[in-house]
Amino acid sequence: MKTLTKEKSSAFTDTENISGALAIVKCLLEEQVEYIFGYPGGAIMPVYDAMYDYQEELKHILNRHEQGAVHAAQGYARATGRVGVCIATSGPGATNLITGIADALIDSTPLVCITGQVPKRLIGSDAFQETDVIGISLPVTKWNYQITKASEIPEIFAKAFYIAASGRPGPVLIDITKNAQIEMLDYYYKKCDHVRSYVPVPKANPTEIERAAELINKAKRPFLLFGHGVTISGAEKELKEVIEKTGVPAAWTIMGLSALETEHPQNVGMLGMHGNYGPNILTNECDVMIAVGMRFDDRVTGDLNTYAKQAKVIHLEIDPAEVDKNVKTEVALVGDCKVTMQALLPLLKKNNHKPWLQRFHDCMKMEQEMIIEKELHPSKEGMTMGEVIRRINDRTDGRAIIVTDVGQHQMVACRYARFQQHRGNITSGGLGTMGFCLPAAFGAKLGAPNRDVVAIIGDGGFQMTLQELGTIWQTQTNVKIVILNNEFLGMVRQWQQLFFDKRYSATELVNPNFVAISKGFGIDAERVDKRENLDDALNRMFGCEQSYLLEIMVEKEDCVFPMIPAGASVSQIRLS
Amino acid sequence: MKEFTVSVFTENKVGLLNRVTVVLTRRHINIESLTVSESEVEGIHRFTIVINVAEDQVKKIVKQMEKQVDVVKAFYHETDETVHQEIALYKMPISALSNGLNLEKMLRHHHARILSVSPEFLIVEKTGHKAETQELFNQLQPLGLLEFVRSGRIAITKPMKKFSEHMEEMHAF
Repeated sequence: MKTLTKEKSSAFTDTENISGALAIVKCLLEEQVEYIFGYPGGAIMPVYDAMYDYQEELKHILNRHEQGAVHAAQGYARATGRVGVCIATSGPGATNLITGIADALIDSTPLVCITGQVPKRLIGSDAFQETDVIGISLPVTKWNYQITKASEIPEIFAKAFYIAASGRPGPVLIDITKNAQIEMLDYYYKKCDHVRSYVPVPKANPTEIERAAELINKAKRPFLLFGHGVTISGAEKELKEVIEKTGVPAAWTIMGLSALETEHPQNVGMLGMHGNYGPNILTNECDVMIAVGMRFDDRVTGDLNTYAKQAKVIHLEIDPAEVDKNVKTEVALVGDCKVTMQALLPLLKKNNHKPWLQRFHDCMKMEQEMIIEKELHPSKEGMTMGEVIRRINDRTDGRAIIVTDVGQHQMVACRYARFQQHRGNITSGGLGTMGFCLPAAFGAKLGAPNRDVVAIIGDGGFQMTLQELGTIWQTQTNVKIVILNNEFLGMVRQWQQLFFDKRYSATELVNPNFVAISKGFGIDAERVDKRENLDDALNRMFGCEQSYLLEIMVEKEDCVFPMIPAGASVSQIRLS
Repeated sequence: MKEFTVSVFTENKVGLLNRVTVVLTRRHINIESLTVSESEVEGIHRFTIVINVAEDQVKKIVKQMEKQVDVVKAFYHETDETVHQEIALYKMPISALSNGLNLEKMLRHHHARILSVSPEFLIVEKTGHKAETQELFNQLQPLGLLEFVRSGRIAITKPMKKFSEHMEEMHAF
């Protein structure tokens, strides 16, 4: 096996005559790609052949399905902040990536997805495994491009990595015809740092920053909402400085979770449909709303006609298209929120809003009594999802990366998991992709090998991508897998209970033996169906040096509360 | 709902038409007319798109278009802020010349011109606003109009700012 010698790296700067496939591998090495998640097939075989000589420098992960590959790349990207890379063949290989690409677009995750394509002369002939992946991926990519000749490869790859990672990150797809992989080119790589039609990071207007500071300084009941943008731009420190200086209560969207430690006295909890009572109900009482790196998703706002109408909204946002999209702003600060907050900080006056903050704490106290206590310390016989999360918290010290799938367990995990360290929460927030968790957790562990990675999954979502146990086994990656099994598609069942007269249409699952499945994949596992066995089982899982799966039987028909019914106002939040 | 003319300046890339129009189709907005041509800046193409939407919506649409990596800039204008033109072609049977109605006078009145004449038919061209080409259509139809085609709108805005200045502003900082 060859290694990347010094001569080889310096040779990158000179022109050399090589195949398109080798050029692709060299481009990836130039971009310091360490892992590439993928699945081979006919139209991408020349690239796989070229990768064969670079197995140490560019580690290919053989996932068990292309959807697993793209979610793993997402998990890697979310854990590291770097570009996740995946590769697939043409036709079904490419179409299987689409769900993950759509997920990455809506959750602003940098990806470069490489797909093989039939030779140029066959395009449009309905050839074997030919599909119009450029057309299919167009609405779900930040940018895409079809390479049909080898000479385009270096420039397009450089551009792809630049576009994926810069500004508001997103997925880029490069489709490469087989002939372009085989042809020779004069290879020379130059990193891209500019595209003339593209302004990735606008700069907030200083006058507007002053106006925002004035509003914040004069506010009686300011309220700060933060989202994924804080994590993406690495603005956790600035966020904390802003809230500590101004005394503003701060609440998070599901994508903003872990950008501010859970225990911070001004962290007042989660926004939105299953968020905390205080931040939702008091949304309609704040006078100035400071939204940082978030996009007012409908799961956060509920009915827009009754959302924060009394408030003057300051929106710190990198994507101009998000400004005034859902909520009308008083002051738009379009730029990188880290840079914007740095400019804002000296203009902010030291303040505290203790009585106002106290109202959030009062709400939390009420929620604690009515909901949280019962969820975390249940007296009933059946186990709750919340108590499992509480016990996981006891063992992670807020340092683990908690990866969740979609549904009840996701809401419970996000509500109750405690975070001390940034980039601790990885979930499919915008698209709500079941099956995301297991491969994403795997990718996250590769990206952050020194952190515990805990995959918390429902019994439904687990069965969507459980084949990735094979990938975890083959690579001997240490992922802690917790299935919260209620033998239902729990969130849909909850809606059926609350809004469809308990008509449980197609939500009850007859599940396989998850422990046997896991063991079949070589991963030790056990089933916990009694509370008294839970602590020991968790100890065994966290004490294990390898991957471990726990199937935890939880109450079948528990509901997640509080809840804002879909389309209702944040003021109509229900506690039961 | 109002009529807006959206001008989108883009790189000349395959597939970009889809990226621009998908912003509209996804939101179920019907395209009244669409034309694409080169602009005065080398390598930059301009789309002229006419849509009927609320102003609040057109603002969001323009931003969504501008968000596309290969789109340089997008603007919207109300119709009276633009000078715009369309072209229409009409195929008429040659008999229309001799049926007693004064075709010649009609064409003269509309400032239309005859582009081509053959033993069976003649082709008439008229440029103007949609209402004007439509009016000629209405008058020619009773005379046995054989075929009709109208182009999309092309438009130039009245406010005087060169596109190249916008490009400089984009990368000013």
